[in-house]
Amino acid sequence: MSEHDHAHTPAPVERRAEAVEGALVDGGHVRPQDVETFARLYEDEIGPMNGARVVAKAWVDPDYRERLLADGTAAIAELGFGGPEGGYLIAVENTEAVHNVVVCTLCSCYPWPLLGLPPDWYKSAPYRSRVVREPRAVLAEMGCEVPDDVEIRVWDSTAETRYLVVPQRPAGTDGLDEQALAGLVTRDSMIGVARL
Amino acid sequence: MDGIHDLGGREGFGPVVVEADEPVFHADWERRVWGMAMAAFAGGVCNGGQFRHSIERMDPVHYLSSRYYEHWLTGLATWTVERGLVDHAELERRAGGAFPLSRPVLAPVVADPGQDVESPRFAVGDRVRVRATSHRGHTRAPQFVRGRGGVVVRVDRPFPMPDVEAHTADGRTRREPVYCVRFDAGELWGDSAEPGAVVCVDLWESYLEEAG
Repeated sequence: MSEHDHAHTPAPVERRAEAVEGALVDGGHVRPQDVETFARLYEDEIGPMNGARVVAKAWVDPDYRERLLADGTAAIAELGFGGPEGGYLIAVENTEAVHNVVVCTLCSCYPWPLLGLPPDWYKSAPYRSRVVREPRAVLAEMGCEVPDDVEIRVWDSTAETRYLVVPQRPAGTDGLDEQALAGLVTRDSMIGVARL
Repeated sequence: MDGIHDLGGREGFGPVVVEADEPVFHADWERRVWGMAMAAFAGGVCNGGQFRHSIERMDPVHYLSSRYYEHWLTGLATWTVERGLVDHAELERRAGGAFPLSRPVLAPVVADPGQDVESPRFAVGDRVRVRATSHRGHTRAPQFVRGRGGVVVRVDRPFPMPDVEAHTADGRTRREPVYCVRFDAGELWGDSAEPGAVVCVDLWESYLEEAG
């Protein structure tokens, strides 16, 4: 490696992160307490358990299901959910004939208020490039077999809309209450890469 | 911008690697980058289009070989340096080494964002085609649907136009109706399309024209 290359070897990413945070805080552009507040919020309070509550309620309450499919933003607000990346929510329901799956091919758009922050694979080049082109193959690789006679609908979150997949209620759960049902709903089923 | 970020339909990537029991953040620096970006957005440092475009301008090799929150870090640093909020040399001094930023904006400054468009031009069921133009600046019209025909399946209310908000001097923009357009897999991928698949993409009105 030449001296020139060495001089341009990037500083470790940890040091670069400290540098930007220090400069933004010292310049008065960011308040240090806000950094911590935002990080904690999405670690502790906002995650897939929120989306699971929405799905379980839609399973047990036909009127709520109807409201959720007609106006997702208003329906999740009934449960106190909204805010960044949740200002315009569309719920898409899996049926015997249709399986829905969500992606953001251009970046990482995801319904934060209902699912929290996206996992690495959702933001990865393989998922973003392939799921629009060969969704059935990608889902099968991820362990989600969609029968050949079921249409796969891929929703690319290219604008302000954020999508929530409402998975099908599993058979044999008639006796369960809403809370127990919410415990069955996984993050991946609400992205559409898993079936329950 | 036909950048590396526009990944839909690109071939050559391998399996989707899923990490079991993945934490929200993998390291403290990722957590802090996310928190500081959110704090910066809350303080009005940049709008969504400006921030996304700062990431899209990353060197493609850097983009593909770095972790997601390094995209955020690079985009935030690039934007704040370009706006004069922080100094690049100071960042490198603080970091104790080189701090690669994204490449400069290719698109011209938009002087006039234009008028808001309130009433939608298209309706559910209309056949539309995505304009085949290439954008040097920020856009949310992915390459894999440009020039392709589809059907409007949902009409959304007007939303701020990303192509404009990323390129006005002060971040102003106009609003335009957004349409969810359904494309048959065969229209997008030809003979190699999987049977029984459709792709729905949300597109601002100026991206679309009537399908002939």
